[in-house]
Formats: sequence, structure tokens, C-alpha cells
Amino acid sequence: MTSTFTYIWLVVAAVVLLFPILLTVLGGFLPSIDLLRQPPNLLGHYTVDSYIGALRQTVVPLLPAFGNSLFVGLVIMLAHLATSCLAAYALVFLRTPLRTPLFWLFMATIMVPYEAIVVPNALFIRSLGIGDSRFALVLPFLANGFGVFLLRQAFRQFPGELRDAATIDGCGHVRFLFTILLPGCRPAIAALAVWSFLQGWNMYFWPLIISSTNNSLNTLQTAVFALRSNDSADPGLLLAGITITLLPTLLLVLFGQRWLVRGFTAGAVK
Amino acid sequence: MSQSVISRWNPRELALTVLFLAPAVVGLGAFVIFPLFQAVYLATMGSDILGNPTRFVGFQHFEELFTPDFGAVLARTAAFTLMVVVAGVVLPMTLAVPLSQRLPGMRVFRTLFTLPFAYSASAASVVWLLMLNPAMSPVNWLLQLVGVAAPGWTTDSGWALVTVAGVTVWMVSGFNLLVLAAGLAGLDEQVLEAARIDGASGVRHFTGIVLPMISPSLFFVIVTTTLTALQSLGQPQVMTDGGPNGATSTLVYSIFNQAFHNNNSNYGLASAQGLVLLIVGVLLAAVQFGVIERRVHYR
Repeated sequence: MTSTFTYIWLVVAAVVLLFPILLTVLGGFLPSIDLLRQPPNLLGHYTVDSYIGALRQTVVPLLPAFGNSLFVGLVIMLAHLATSCLAAYALVFLRTPLRTPLFWLFMATIMVPYEAIVVPNALFIRSLGIGDSRFALVLPFLANGFGVFLLRQAFRQFPGELRDAATIDGCGHVRFLFTILLPGCRPAIAALAVWSFLQGWNMYFWPLIISSTNNSLNTLQTAVFALRSNDSADPGLLLAGITITLLPTLLLVLFGQRWLVRGFTAGAVK
Repeated sequence: MSQSVISRWNPRELALTVLFLAPAVVGLGAFVIFPLFQAVYLATMGSDILGNPTRFVGFQHFEELFTPDFGAVLARTAAFTLMVVVAGVVLPMTLAVPLSQRLPGMRVFRTLFTLPFAYSASAASVVWLLMLNPAMSPVNWLLQLVGVAAPGWTTDSGWALVTVAGVTVWMVSGFNLLVLAAGLAGLDEQVLEAARIDGASGVRHFTGIVLPMISPSLFFVIVTTTLTALQSLGQPQVMTDGGPNGATSTLVYSIFNQAFHNNNSNYGLASAQGLVLLIVGVLLAAVQFGVIERRVHYR
């Protein structure tokens, strides 16, 4: 009997919470006659016109924005992995006199909200004269304190006997890192990769500032905003555009959530 | 540092250490730590029409932080954060608990519920604007069915902040559910069974046994949701542009507005407000780690 109530509650919650997602994905396939009704008619005449229209419209070109978003997501992901792996390795396996203060320095940077330092960073990037290049979108985000923390937790849990065995076999630091440690810490690294890509892909404040002076640096997130600000935009076009921005992240959340949970619950929750 | 540790250094390892730490230290130093000091400097400077900091204005920007206008911004930010944290933790909890039962189909439900996590701030905001747009709103339609007139969700200054908070709750519920469900899945069956035999049931079983056992996950969710809410920009900027009449102008929106909106270029005041955001964040974290974490039960 109680399980019936459980199912009823979950189905009701699912309908309410997932309706916006259903509207996003289906809305892109519907003409505005079906959408501009109360409630929108999701069983209307399906067409791919809005998707084609969204990709073809020239007000805010989406394909270059897709390229920029992919660039931002991938570069930030790879850079987080590289800088965090190396720094976490040094903090755990190399004898550094500054180990403890450096660790706290990395932890302190997690506490700094990005929005608090966005003004000096924007002025700095402009003064470097790279405000017009894609690198302006990623440069401030190549290193990340949270990544260092997450991987440090994972490296510390790595069995000491394996480390000792490798040392006795004459395995140097670099070889140990790449051939033994990193493969052994795959869950944490996958979690960081998924998290970093989502962070980069969904970033909003910084691309908004950077692309305000140069529209060709729009990411999908700022492009969607620009599309909506354009009064003539019809809902089908908007929803098709949003579905395009969602494709990679929906796939990541669907297939990457197991890694996220495993990596985060091991490092951050316990 | 003892003599033996120093003597065990060899040049190769020292070089490796520097090489390994350099990228992270340089990156965080140049784009997190150095800008902090620069923000303090900028906060004392006035800008010319292009936004270049040109003249020293002393504490003028900090004085502007003690005005009723900025007090209202802080109050709004506090109300927004409180709404998002309370609803953004309670709602996923009411889903995570039934999902932790061993019933068929629960994995499918859990996966479905995490999907909002895929939305960026701007995507979620635009979709919800359409959801609430009177011309097509399924929400208003539902309210009409039960005979309630829908308010002007984003146009009525009494509702706008609640609406923006609601969308934020929807956005964070996916990730929070993921973390809480993982916490519930890690519960010790034997302890739960023992409690049940001792006669604990219903609400008492939940508040007395389950909540303390998942308190690490709960704590993690509260801290991350607080930070997300405090740092929200996309929702107020896309949905209401801080309006109507400043009703959704939170601290981060205000920073954006002062510095970058309509070429305002008031970098000094924005930097001063950024420092307030930093202090608020650190204080909240100190309170959460100092007060709440003491009650967190780690196994």
C-alpha cells in the first residue's frame, strides 16, 4: 500500500519537474501555432523547421557559438586535469617544505567566489590585449583549487604498498604518476573531468563579459540569451536553440552521473 | 624542518616539485589571488568614462555600501539564498527518501530527476520564462483549472524574487538529489533494522536515525547550495534583468550591473561590492563549518 503512494508521489513529482525538459526538447519540433496556446499543444505538427531555423538564423549564429562552447568545455577540462594532477601529486608524493601552506593556499582559492574578482580579471585580460581571442574565454580558469583538493584526496587513498613496490622496482615519479597512479585513480579523475566540462560548458558570467565587446566570442549560453533578447524570436526557435546547448550536458548527466557520484562521495562527502 | 628531511632532497626531486606545482600556483596566483589584492586597490579608485581607474577616491565606494539601497540589495540576497537553500534541500530530500526504497524502477526515476542538472543558468531561465509566459504558460493553465488567478511571475515586484528563486531550486534539485540519494544508499542496513526493531518508525525514525546518518551528505548539499544561490547571476539577469524596480537585484547582479551593464563601467563600486560578496561567503562558510559541521556525524 505504501509503495503505491510512493509511486504516485514520484510520478507527480516527475511530471512537474520534467515538464520543462519535455517542453524544451519537443518544443523545438513544434511550430509557434502549437506552442503559443495555453497550455502548449505538445501533440501538434512535428517539424524540424525550428532546428533548421535556429542553425540558419544570422542574428546570433549558433554554430560558431557551439564551437566556442566546445572549446571552453574541453580546454577547461583538460587544463583542470593537468594542473590538478601535477599539483596534487606534488602535495602527496613529493617532499615539499611548503606542502601544508600550499595546500591551504589551494583550499583558500576555493573560497573566493569568482564574481568577487571578475572586475580585476576582466581589466587584466583586456590589458593583455587578448580580449578578442578565444583564449580570453578560458585563461582565468585553467587551474582550479577544487580539482587539486579532489585529486589530493584520491591520491592519499592510494595504497602505500603499491607505491613502495614501484619505488623498489626503480620506478621514477613521472612513470609512477602516469602508469600506476592515474590509472588507479580513474573514478576521481573521471568525476573531475565530468565536473570541469560541465563548469566550462555552462559558464555564463565570464563569457557574457568577454562576448559583450566581441560577438564572435559568444558561447551557446550567451547566444541563447542574445536570441531571447531579440524580440522577434519565436518560442520554437528558442527551444530548438536551447536543445542544441543541452545535447552534450544531457548526455553527460545521463551517462556520467555514476562517475560523478562515485568521485564526489569518496572525496567530498566523507 | 629536521636536518634529515633537508638532506634527503635531491636537485632532481626539487626541480620536479617546482615543475609540478608551478602551473596550478601560477594559474591560481594570477587569476584568483592577485585579483583579490587588485580588487581592494580598485575599490579605492574612481573610473573615467572608459572605465580606466584614474583617481584615488579613498573610502567613497565603501561609504556607498552603507546606504539603504545597498542594504536592500543585501536583504534581497539573503532572502533569495534562504529560499533557495531551504527549498533546494527539502524538495530533493522528499524525493531521495522514497527513491532509496528497494522498489522496481527507482533507478529510472533517479536518473530522470537529475536531468535539470544539465541546464545552464541561461538555458533554464529562458525555458522557465516560456513556462510562465501568459501566452502559453502550462503553470498558469494549471492554476486556472483550480480557480486561481496567476500572478505576474516576473513582472510583479512582489513575486519576481520568489519566481527567480523557484527556478534556481529547480536547477539545483538534480545535483542535490544525486548527492542525497548516494548518502541514503550508503546507510548501514543493520543499524536501520536495529532501530526498526527498537520501535522507531515514521518521522522519529527519519529525524532520529536517518538524518544523523546522512548528515555528511546533507552538510555538503547545504554548503554547495548556499554558494550556488549566493553567486547566481544568470537567473536574475536573464529572467528579470534585476527588475521590476530592482526587485531581483541581488549582490552578484548588482556587481554585474555596476561594472558591465549598459557600459556603466563603475569598476570601483563593483569591486567594493565584490569584496562584500567575498566576506559574506567566508562568513557563511565559517558559520556552516563551525556550527553545523560540529553536529555532523561522521562514521
